Amino acid sequence: MNNKTFVFLIPFLFFVAMAILLWTGLGKDPTKLDSQLIGKAIPVFSRSTLQDESVTITNDDIKGPALINVFASWCPSCYNEHPYLMTLSKSKEIKIYGLNYKDERSKGLKFINDLGNPYYQIIFDNSGRLGIDMGVYGAPETFLINDKNEIIYRHVGIVNQQVWEEILKPKIYPGELIHGGR
Amino acid sequence: MIPEIGSLALAFGLGLALVQFIIPLVGILTHRWRLALIARPAAIGQFFFVALSFICLAYSFYSNDFSIAYVASHSNRSLPVAYRLGATWGGHEGSLLLWVFLLSSWTLAVALLSRSLPALTRVRVLAVLGAVSVGFLIFIIFTSNPFARLLPVYPIDGSDLNPLLQDPGMVFHPPLLYMGYVGFSVAFAFAIAALLEGRIDTLWARWVRPWTQAAWMFLTLGIAAGSWWAYYELGWGGWWFWDPVENASFMPWLIGTALLHSLAATEKRGVFKAWTTLLAIAAFSFSLLGTFLVRSGVLTSVHSFASDPVRGTYILVFLGVVVGASLILFAIRGSKVAVTSWYNLLSRELLFLINNLILVVVTVMILLGTLQPIIAELLGMGKVSVGPPYFNMVFNILMTPLVFLIGLGPIVNWRQYSFDDLIKRTRVSALVSLMAAGSMVVIESQKALTDLLQIFIGIFLIVWVVLLNITDWWKRGSKKSSNSLVGMTKVSPSFLGMYFAHIGLAIVVIGVVLSSHLSVEKNVRLGIGQSQSVSGYDFKFDKITNVTGPNYDALRGHFIVSKDGEQVAELHAEKRQYRASRQWMTEAGIDANLMRDLYVALGEQIENSNDWAVRIYVKPFITCLWLGGILMGIGGLLAMSDKRYRSRVKKKFGVEENQVIGVA
Amino acid sequence: MKPLRKRRLIFVISIVVGLGAAIGLGLYAMQQNINLFYSPQEVATGKAPVGPLIRLGGLVVAGSVKRDAESLQVSFDLTDNAEKVTVSYNGILPDLFREGQGIVTMGKLQEDGQFVAEEVLAKHDENYMSPEVAEAIKKAEAEAKARKPKE
Repeated sequence: MNNKTFVFLIPFLFFVAMAILLWTGLGKDPTKLDSQLIGKAIPVFSRSTLQDESVTITNDDIKGPALINVFASWCPSCYNEHPYLMTLSKSKEIKIYGLNYKDERSKGLKFINDLGNPYYQIIFDNSGRLGIDMGVYGAPETFLINDKNEIIYRHVGIVNQQVWEEILKPKIYPGELIHGGR
Repeated sequence: MIPEIGSLALAFGLGLALVQFIIPLVGILTHRWRLALIARPAAIGQFFFVALSFICLAYSFYSNDFSIAYVASHSNRSLPVAYRLGATWGGHEGSLLLWVFLLSSWTLAVALLSRSLPALTRVRVLAVLGAVSVGFLIFIIFTSNPFARLLPVYPIDGSDLNPLLQDPGMVFHPPLLYMGYVGFSVAFAFAIAALLEGRIDTLWARWVRPWTQAAWMFLTLGIAAGSWWAYYELGWGGWWFWDPVENASFMPWLIGTALLHSLAATEKRGVFKAWTTLLAIAAFSFSLLGTFLVRSGVLTSVHSFASDPVRGTYILVFLGVVVGASLILFAIRGSKVAVTSWYNLLSRELLFLINNLILVVVTVMILLGTLQPIIAELLGMGKVSVGPPYFNMVFNILMTPLVFLIGLGPIVNWRQYSFDDLIKRTRVSALVSLMAAGSMVVIESQKALTDLLQIFIGIFLIVWVVLLNITDWWKRGSKKSSNSLVGMTKVSPSFLGMYFAHIGLAIVVIGVVLSSHLSVEKNVRLGIGQSQSVSGYDFKFDKITNVTGPNYDALRGHFIVSKDGEQVAELHAEKRQYRASRQWMTEAGIDANLMRDLYVALGEQIENSNDWAVRIYVKPFITCLWLGGILMGIGGLLAMSDKRYRSRVKKKFGVEENQVIGVA
Repeated sequence: MKPLRKRRLIFVISIVVGLGAAIGLGLYAMQQNINLFYSPQEVATGKAPVGPLIRLGGLVVAGSVKRDAESLQVSFDLTDNAEKVTVSYNGILPDLFREGQGIVTMGKLQEDGQFVAEEVLAKHDENYMSPEVAEAIKKAEAEAKARKPKE
């Protein structure tokens, strides 16, 4: 390679260096952040239920093992997710609590009335404060709670059969092979 | 039905883009010219289908089709129709479709307007554009389909467009910006075609120039629109933040500006050939890089879309293929087109060379600053970031000599110019500029020394650039007509465009220098009925009223501004809460004229009181920023309207279409 | 040939000098303007420098926001769930500033351990938490967890 060609290669080399740099930056996805509360008890809260403003639900009412599913009528993916939650709820494999996040009561109720209610109880969190306490990034999101009411996993995005069978279920019913139980 | 048509149209578009990319190249390699000529009809067909797909998406927004996931998450029944149109490009999928739509529009323009090109050159250019289209269409169809349905259950109402984007500025800003980004693909395609052919000459530069000027014009206007939007919509009066995404649009602009100048040198003097092709490749590469940065989640920014590593990986691979291949081609062929040409130390070529070097160095510095968080992390330097001070410092220091040269550029001749003549031509302007700068410093003498230095340099440069460009314009005009003023309008559009762009830039500098040094900004706590005086203006907080907008509820603060007891303006600053997303937005109240902006924005209501935190700014000459931007845009428009770009030259060079067929 | 060569040499030298100066400037500017990020824990353990402009991030402690009755002066505590730092700020808080929210401030650490902020940033996206803050919190919690069994 003569000198001249080398000079003309400089832009390419510069580009390669930059591409490698960008490559290392990839995959540091902020949505992949773990919840701050993994391994901790669910935060202390007291909220009304979605269906009845006068009924209060607190952290003591939550009885694990269970899922806490963050949903809202404004969240398009929640409509997608809902049919499977109905199926899961009917299968009685696990209790599902709803966290109606930053929603209006009437819209949240309409969501449930139109599509069916898979939830054991629904926490109405229209201010989103409980969501912030739990480290919610958006909706839909689902938290997995063990029998000690500790959050053991946070799933970002839709829960479907695959997510339930392959990710969530093994964590709550570990079987013999998976890290010997608590 | 409509969304299915849209998806199908995208697939057809991809098919035709593949045809446009591959078959012509095969045709050229196998010397089957008829095959090669398929590029043009394929390009026209591709435009048709992509445009159809875009119209389908826009219509789905218009008709509130919330069964489409993208529509459901970016629109709402109560969203005004104009914003529904804007919402079409308000998210990742739609803005990508806009990108491809604009790319196919540019391709169509090349297909239709390049009759003067040798047929083979045109075929190569279209094939390269087709390749870029293929990459983006695959990206859309396989990772970001805007027509994906939410079936069988879908929301009755959408979750609304991000309130930040519900603004007239946001309806125009992305299309203008993308027109600029994507427009550089044409110069890029010409550069690749030229490298493939191994021929770069005056004629080639003449073909590329108007396309580059058009792209540059759109990018200039797009950046100006974006900065204007940030100024009044983000609610704290800033107009440039050195945010990664802003930098992503600014880097192609800087390289594009360098390209404009080096193309001029290549056209007029046949110099910088290899360098010009490299810049053409670089301008488009930086556009692609911008797309990557916005969508990959590598850097966090106010503007970035929800990040998705899969998308990021795809764009990076695509970027690697396109840019990597181009630069390898450049390495192989570039050295063959390079020539050493003679020019004197003092000549326009030299000034352009310095111009190019400065612009490239500034771009690299901005690139380093932008990627700095990644670099630091890689080197284990911890969580560091360089903020605006880094960019301001580097940018101001490097750009100062460049702006100085803008005064000399039009005067100094190609090939050589005598130093004595230069002194003769510029000494009066230099003196006037020094005096203007000096008197400004005297007026503002209470300021700190560094401020004074910056004001001095700034004012000097502004007067210097404006005077030298206008006197040169005048001189050129007097050659055209006995009445110089009449003559000034008869100067060729190329020169007119240059004067507009240069003077526009000086006016932008007026805005930058004066608004940053003479602005008075006060953050105060005000109760209803209270007043605050800011730089001679008395701002009275008159009342707060409730306002109901189409899709938001707002509190509106009424401020009455008076000067010397006389009312000057009534400003309305709002705090809006959008019903669907329940997000709060600040809408500033601004009274603008050429000399100053009066700016009021509501902060928050202070707990347990009726007082509000209020931002009150008086910003002199800030309108110049956007006025100058528009002048620069007009400059680009004038330059590309020059007749010589449209004169037919096919007889002199290359082959006619039917001649090609004759050969086959 | 000779004058041409000489001219070329001048060209090359001036380009090299120019580029060198530009790079030097860039490095200098970077060094001057780098803002290191610190967590409340690092401030509490004395790892953060007193004087230069730094960034401090964390969650706003509920109930810690105190306002001056007359002006915009405000103070609040930031925590990473391990340590707390009191921040004082004179200016307008961003729309999304709320107790419990993760924010980043830019300012200077004082001798007495107070942090005087010049700028308070909360992103325009409600769901956003700066990755730096999130990481700082995670780290502090992990350390707290690791410490507990030993005690």
